[in-house]
Amino acid sequence: MGDIHRYLREYYMPHIWCPGCGHGIILGAVLRAIDIAGLDQNNVAVISGIGCASRATGYVDFCTLHTTHGRALPFATGLKMVRPDMKIVVLTGDGDTAAIGGNHLIHAARRNIDITTVVFNNSVYGMTSGQYSPMTPTSRFATTAPYGNLERPFDLCALASAAGATYVARSTAYHVRQLTTYIGRGLAHKGFSFIEAVSQCPTYYGRRNRLGAAPAMLEWQKRNSISIEQAKDMEPAEREDKIVTGEFVNQTVPEYTEVYAQLIGRLGRQGESR
Amino acid sequence: MRRTEVRLSGEGGQGIILAGIILAEAAAIYDGANAVQSQSYGPESRGGASKAEVIIADGEIDYPKVERPDVLLAMNQEAYDKYAPSLKDDGIIVIDSTNVTAGGTPSFQASHVRGGPITGLARDLGREIVANIVALGFLCAVTGVVSRESLEKAVLARVPKGTEDLNRRALAAGFSAAQAEASRV
Amino acid sequence: MSAVPEPTSAATGRSRLLQGNEACAEGAIAAGCRFFAGYPITPSTEIAELMSEMLPRHGGRFIQMEDEIASMAAVIGASLGGAKAMTATSGPGFSLKQENLGFAAFTEIPCVIVDAQRGGPSSGLPTAPAQGDVMQARWGTHGDHPAVAFCPSTVSEVFELTVKAFNTAEALRTPVILLMDEVVAHMREKVALPSPGEVRVVDRPRPSVPPGEYIAYGPPPGAPAGDDAYVPEMADFGTGYRYHVTGLTHGKNGLPIGPGPEAEFLVRRLSRKVEKAAPQLELNRNELVDDAEYLVVSYGGAARSALRAVRLAREMGVAAGLFRPTTIWPFPFQAVASLAAKVKGILVVELNLGQLSLEVERAAAGHCPVQQYGRVGGELMRPSEVLDALLRLTGRKV
Repeated sequence: MGDIHRYLREYYMPHIWCPGCGHGIILGAVLRAIDIAGLDQNNVAVISGIGCASRATGYVDFCTLHTTHGRALPFATGLKMVRPDMKIVVLTGDGDTAAIGGNHLIHAARRNIDITTVVFNNSVYGMTSGQYSPMTPTSRFATTAPYGNLERPFDLCALASAAGATYVARSTAYHVRQLTTYIGRGLAHKGFSFIEAVSQCPTYYGRRNRLGAAPAMLEWQKRNSISIEQAKDMEPAEREDKIVTGEFVNQTVPEYTEVYAQLIGRLGRQGESR
Repeated sequence: MRRTEVRLSGEGGQGIILAGIILAEAAAIYDGANAVQSQSYGPESRGGASKAEVIIADGEIDYPKVERPDVLLAMNQEAYDKYAPSLKDDGIIVIDSTNVTAGGTPSFQASHVRGGPITGLARDLGREIVANIVALGFLCAVTGVVSRESLEKAVLARVPKGTEDLNRRALAAGFSAAQAEASRV
Repeated sequence: MSAVPEPTSAATGRSRLLQGNEACAEGAIAAGCRFFAGYPITPSTEIAELMSEMLPRHGGRFIQMEDEIASMAAVIGASLGGAKAMTATSGPGFSLKQENLGFAAFTEIPCVIVDAQRGGPSSGLPTAPAQGDVMQARWGTHGDHPAVAFCPSTVSEVFELTVKAFNTAEALRTPVILLMDEVVAHMREKVALPSPGEVRVVDRPRPSVPPGEYIAYGPPPGAPAGDDAYVPEMADFGTGYRYHVTGLTHGKNGLPIGPGPEAEFLVRRLSRKVEKAAPQLELNRNELVDDAEYLVVSYGGAARSALRAVRLAREMGVAAGLFRPTTIWPFPFQAVASLAAKVKGILVVELNLGQLSLEVERAAAGHCPVQQYGRVGGELMRPSEVLDALLRLTGRKV
């Protein structure tokens, strides 16, 4: 494994992430996966939306695009359409992806366009200091859920799978080696790959919900994670507070920009025969 | 400057807008005049009112809409009732007598109304859908707003491949009906 | 809403009867557009339909996105990849485009946005014309930003101004709005399409230095010292130039910065680069203004009625003239100001309740009375209405 520092814009440090934030671990996993995959640094675009996780694009030395809130995937779609040779990685948070960008997520998955999306899921809007997100569990506290969250969270991997993503996996900041493996498989996958990385926000989510400091939250990730196989044998009530990790989908389906390239080829041949 | 205002009207699905485009192409591309074509329609793809306007001039066309038509085609009763009163004093109304009964509005002379069983003729050809082309033939014969040669070229350039012969016959049926009608007037 | 089969082709060099929307698609292809992202909306949908057919035949790519916001985002992403890119919409969609239109302006990513204006507000009158988006084209997205918008009055002009929109977007690295209206978008007229070699095509300034020396938002090499209106050179993603693009206020290296002089410089530079180019962008197609005592200012579809009214007024002995800007943003302030000093009154004719008339009033600065004649019911005003308004301005009895 090479030194991932060559992928960092260290001149732009320090980063904005709080001490104990899980995002640095996840970004490290992304960079290691890129390194292991041996991708050409000049031919990788990293695209993000708005939020703590989306600040990652500023810190990494690729072609980087920090877009508007929730819109990373459609920006990425436009770039991938005209540069199908480029490897496109979207780094995004749970608010960015599951709330304001939810529609873009399901349609990128439906098209099966070759983009690797990594969601840094810390269950909270950290950038705006701790409001509840679509990934905040029911009855947990947030600055906009002072009496406990009344809503139900998404199962993001189930959402991506149902929408047609062709590689879907979940891991956590604690299980960083597994996470790196899944991101690597997402990068190698031809089609829309979706990796949910459970992160910790000790500053807002952890403190407000009395989950302790970062080590305790990482311990919680370790304790509460179960495999897909383990989950199968559990009652829904038992599963409620658990993080189900593993690969949910891994299938081969025609990729959108390749299908489009075939159309161009077909029309070109028709033009010649005319 | 000569400026002729043509309004084609009927209902959605009768091919009114395509007829307008063909008429404008006959004038602008094949007769070498200037033409502006525009349309209005409701949200329905079939049914509902449909209107196409064509202005033909030998110079620049500034205002692109019809104010008072020189020529009005009414393919159904509703269109006739709505637009007949807007006709210019010396204008001509072409009606599809299969669908339209002229009269009821005595503000213009009966000699301004020219009609033939346009939709009926199209049915006789086996395809009611070519009623718009029959209407163009009829309208061209009666008004001379475009030349017959140009109209035929414009029709053949716009209709789907494989339907050229049907449309040529539709155009001819419209012309013949107009000539037969003229001999009666 | 196209119920009619349309024969399509690239520019062929002969006269054709084209709809405004068709001429827009032809102009885009001729200007080198190779990416289109859109979402269906009346009355602009024909543009998307034609681009979906033409682009893959020209080696380009079309995509129908999940919404208007995504379409605008995809266009910017494609432009960063080096493709000339366009989207087309109408009022409700134009509102949704504003978010990323601001992103494109701030990050200086060239793109073209077509707005075929229809009756508003809200869903309004989908198949009827309006010019109610004039101020939205200028100020629709938040924050101070430059705006460029062109308004065609004829189908030939749609082609011409679509090409100009791409060339301007590329040269200035800024989003350019082609502000059509339903009159022009849906009308068909004879257009003599130029053959491809006859169309002047401008490309964005690409880096003249190797990646190691490239400063994404710095002045281009050779820019005069103190240049505060420069257009930076733009590297396509995936060509060896690694840099950061962000909608946050950024420094010359593209990375986010905080409040202060550098932020002040950036926001001012963006407006200055367009102001500096304004004289080259200005294109007024005037009629009978040289000896005019009364000036009619009109643009887009409304100008067709205004022109007829001016001619009718001349027949009645009123020395009227038409000032018809095709570039409405930046507004041709000086041209209007100097005419206002000469004429006895100005009538602004537009399909709204008074939008460009506000700029005309500012430019006239009290030198002559300025009145506005507008319609907002989805109907193009008739020449006789404009004539009446003009005669009222002259003090004649109508």
